[in-house]
Amino acid sequence: MLKTLLSGDYPRSRPLAVVLVLMFLCLALGPFLFPGTRAFSTLGMICVFVIVVASYDLMLGYTHIVSFAHTMFFGIGAYGVAMTMEAMGKGFAPIFIGLGASLLVSLLLALLLGLLSLRVKAIFFALVTLAMAFAFLSLVTQLYHLTGGEDGLRVRVPRELGPAFKPFDGELRGFSITTFLGGLFTDPGNLGEVWRESVFKARITGRDLMYYITFFVTVGVFLFLLRLVNSPFGRVLQAIRENEFRAQALGYRTVFYRTAVVIISALLATLAGVLFALINRYVNPENTLNFELMVFILLMCVIGGMGTLYGAVVGAVLFLLAQNYLQDVLKWLGGGLEPGTLLAELVGPERWLLWFGLLFVLSVYFFPAGIVGQLRLWAGRSSSRKQDNGDDTTVTGEQESGNKGKDGPVVS
Amino acid sequence: MSAPQDTFDADTSNRSWWERLRAFQQDKPHLFLLLIMVMVPLFLMNPSTWAVLTLSGLAMGAMLFLMASGMTLTFGLMNVLNLAHGSFISLGAFAGATVLTMWLNDYTSGSLWVNLVAVVPALLFALVVAGLLGVLFERLVIRPVYGDHLKQILVTVGGSIIVMELLQVIWGSNEIPVPRPEALRGALLIRDAIPVIGGIALEKYRLLAVVLGLAVYALMLWVIDRTRLGILIRAGVENREMVEVHGYRIRLLFLAVFVAGSALAGIGGAMWAMYREIITAHMGEELMISVIVVIILGGLGSVRGCFYGAMLVGLINLYVGFLEPRLAAVATVGLMVAVLMWRPQGLIPVIKV
Repeated sequence: MLKTLLSGDYPRSRPLAVVLVLMFLCLALGPFLFPGTRAFSTLGMICVFVIVVASYDLMLGYTHIVSFAHTMFFGIGAYGVAMTMEAMGKGFAPIFIGLGASLLVSLLLALLLGLLSLRVKAIFFALVTLAMAFAFLSLVTQLYHLTGGEDGLRVRVPRELGPAFKPFDGELRGFSITTFLGGLFTDPGNLGEVWRESVFKARITGRDLMYYITFFVTVGVFLFLLRLVNSPFGRVLQAIRENEFRAQALGYRTVFYRTAVVIISALLATLAGVLFALINRYVNPENTLNFELMVFILLMCVIGGMGTLYGAVVGAVLFLLAQNYLQDVLKWLGGGLEPGTLLAELVGPERWLLWFGLLFVLSVYFFPAGIVGQLRLWAGRSSSRKQDNGDDTTVTGEQESGNKGKDGPVVS
Repeated sequence: MSAPQDTFDADTSNRSWWERLRAFQQDKPHLFLLLIMVMVPLFLMNPSTWAVLTLSGLAMGAMLFLMASGMTLTFGLMNVLNLAHGSFISLGAFAGATVLTMWLNDYTSGSLWVNLVAVVPALLFALVVAGLLGVLFERLVIRPVYGDHLKQILVTVGGSIIVMELLQVIWGSNEIPVPRPEALRGALLIRDAIPVIGGIALEKYRLLAVVLGLAVYALMLWVIDRTRLGILIRAGVENREMVEVHGYRIRLLFLAVFVAGSALAGIGGAMWAMYREIITAHMGEELMISVIVVIILGGLGSVRGCFYGAMLVGLINLYVGFLEPRLAAVATVGLMVAVLMWRPQGLIPVIKV
């Protein structure tokens, strides 16, 4: 059962498995464990970005195609739904029409990009997608009568998915993990009191329905991607990553596979965009199309681990938690320092991205396979020491001549 | 490549104009495209507007060339794709702006010489600061990933985040106004000097940009084509070991090229800062789209192609900006896509990517 579900691709590291199960439970029971709107929106964003990052990983990690147009497809989905709802009003029909239309647009654009990538090689592809994404961003900002320009669009979701809707009358109990843990530290003697404090009334509204739709779509997409990368198709992708020439020599039409990957990942990003628009209920260029967002996706993918879909989950969770809560930590850290000094500026709450950028560069050098890859490496090493895997530099160092020593993620 | 060369050398007198046009288009695609780009808008607007737009477009192209040449240089000669180039542009802009504000707050006179004297140290300071950061960047960030494009892309994107954040730590995250020297404000009016077109107004600053751009272009071509340093660099690209065997330290050479590229970005950024008169830390990121289009258009790594690419992008930006301002960015990228469909390697390809 589990083997079929995960397509035989287990975490292969005990700590990783524990972390993943914990994350899954937190996301599945999210609205009952974390009270408050901020936690709720963070949960939703995590679900959406797991899709985005996992589909990006399909290109970057599994095929070594660097695309900077992933946010463009994400934005097409988000704006597609927002614009159809703006034109057609509330209801479920506009959602599906918007979904269909944006998937179609994404398909065409991805096909165009794929065809361009036939004519130009890898490094061109990165630059061409970067330019296209910028052009799309500027188009969306300029056509303000359609897209609302910089102000963006408010998405008026159907009543069933809004906060005013109550699927049933009764109340459910939630249990606030954060209050409980906080109480455990400050007041460990008084467990009963802490327990009572952390129980809260969870009122199920349409927003929770929307969250669970997103959650189940995310789980579905993730399992589909696991299935995909462990299929013969996925093997060919990895063959292309390792040595495209050899894959061609084996008789695979690599151009077809590369185009297919670009299209699949674009469509999934569009789907994520649609979910984003519905759960966030507000789209503007900054939260869907910005270049900064693209860099964030890259960060999540690389820090989590390229070429491992679990890495996408770990990366997205870590990064979004940092984005939402690291500022508080930094504020608390910098509280002791006197303002105005250079050190205070460096750990200032707005500078959280500086530290993530540093972490990113260091992880590209020292952990090219990301957190997940590193955990798997350690697990593999401790289980079979005599096999002498060595560290990843020796594994990747002795690659084929002609392949310019690409440090690909370790495939085992 | 060789076939059109033969036909061009053949007796051209008795061939039809169409064949000659085809040969020209095959042989010198950059000039062909530039000519079309300049001629077509002539039918869409009145001649005097056209003249002003063309000259401004060339000036913008010159500034773009200053910014893009560094990136194409590092790619063409070192095979390093530096996506952090935009942050060097920002750094140059901030460095130049700092000198200008310090200098010009004391002198408010309109004397041409005082003003020019303020511009030169500002540009020099931008050049030195960006160059110094280039040394650091090459050592710390780029050296470990020579020859691996995927990692270069990732690492330079990361490096660009770090540099931009540090810029905001030093100069704050708000917009900064940049004073433009008094003598470079305003325009030169030429009345009825040219038949048909009539009087036109030329912004002085744009003239300076064109002069500087042409000077840098000539200097780069001279260094690469005519000097010993240029020969060594080109040889190092062809065959690294061979140059090392001859006793040259190739690392030093590559470092020098990278520093030159960063310094050029710095100068370009400072010029752009004075042109726009307001800068933010993210300006480099926004300029990167034009820079990338320019170097793709010209053919990755070709300095000559970069020059023509910059002119084309500058021109199309202003023409389309005048006709339909909303579509300027889209037209720029559209131009790139069209050229790639026509010539996948860019206008003047130098290397097989």
